[in-house]
Amino acid sequence: MPSPTTTRPRPLSPNVQIYRPQLTSVLSILNRITGVLLSASAVVLVVWLVAAAWGPQTYAPMQAAIASWSGRIVLFAATFAFFLHLCGGIRHLVWDTVHGFELRSIYISGWAVVAASVVLTVAAWIASALIGA
Amino acid sequence: MDPQNMQNMRSPLARAIGLGSAKEGVGSWWAQRVSAVALVPLTLWFAASIIANSGSDYATFIVWLRTPLTAVLMILLLIALFYHSALGLQVVIEDYVHSATKFAAVIALRLGCSALVTAGVVAVLRITLSG
Repeated sequence: MPSPTTTRPRPLSPNVQIYRPQLTSVLSILNRITGVLLSASAVVLVVWLVAAAWGPQTYAPMQAAIASWSGRIVLFAATFAFFLHLCGGIRHLVWDTVHGFELRSIYISGWAVVAASVVLTVAAWIASALIGA
Repeated sequence: MDPQNMQNMRSPLARAIGLGSAKEGVGSWWAQRVSAVALVPLTLWFAASIIANSGSDYATFIVWLRTPLTAVLMILLLIALFYHSALGLQVVIEDYVHSATKFAAVIALRLGCSALVTAGVVAVLRITLSG
């Protein structure tokens, strides 16, 4: 008597890892990943405000952590995540008006999101460095 | 697909209520979009303010936060931000958590976001209204 079919490993439908990453799929998952990262950044925002409300003694270590090299790297990543999510979100809002769904438009808006995010992140940090200097 | 034909396939009542087959998803969908639109100017204002405050010490930062416009915009930012976060993270949880922990995770998420937004608003009010 043959063994029950349930004991044999069943074929699985193609999963996400066998597909070549495309701009469309990469930006889609990045919008979600940046959303999760920005939610964590929102927690930091609250900690920062609470530390400021508590007084200068509590605020000082918070500011020192942000000004440290590791703090700056995290803040730079958060800035890029913010602009990527912002630009990607605006792209989504345009799609919600049923515009820009042609393949060519999707690729143009996708690369525009990437370019705008890089430019805005660099511009923000240059502006910050000039003002803070 | 012809949108005119799609309209005709739905009953007048269904069209008036404006809900899809899921009945309740459209509420979250709208809330996500409305909070997203609110967050565009609020987050850009916040980013610009942080850049403008680069290198500021505690006293300067507090003076900035104490102006009524800053306090109002900061509170609006906190509310829109955590509302948008809660809606987005709930979708992430619903997509990846399939066990009984899904319900607990969504409740924990909502309570956590409520607590954080309250703490943030109280902190802003304390800075703005004290002495």
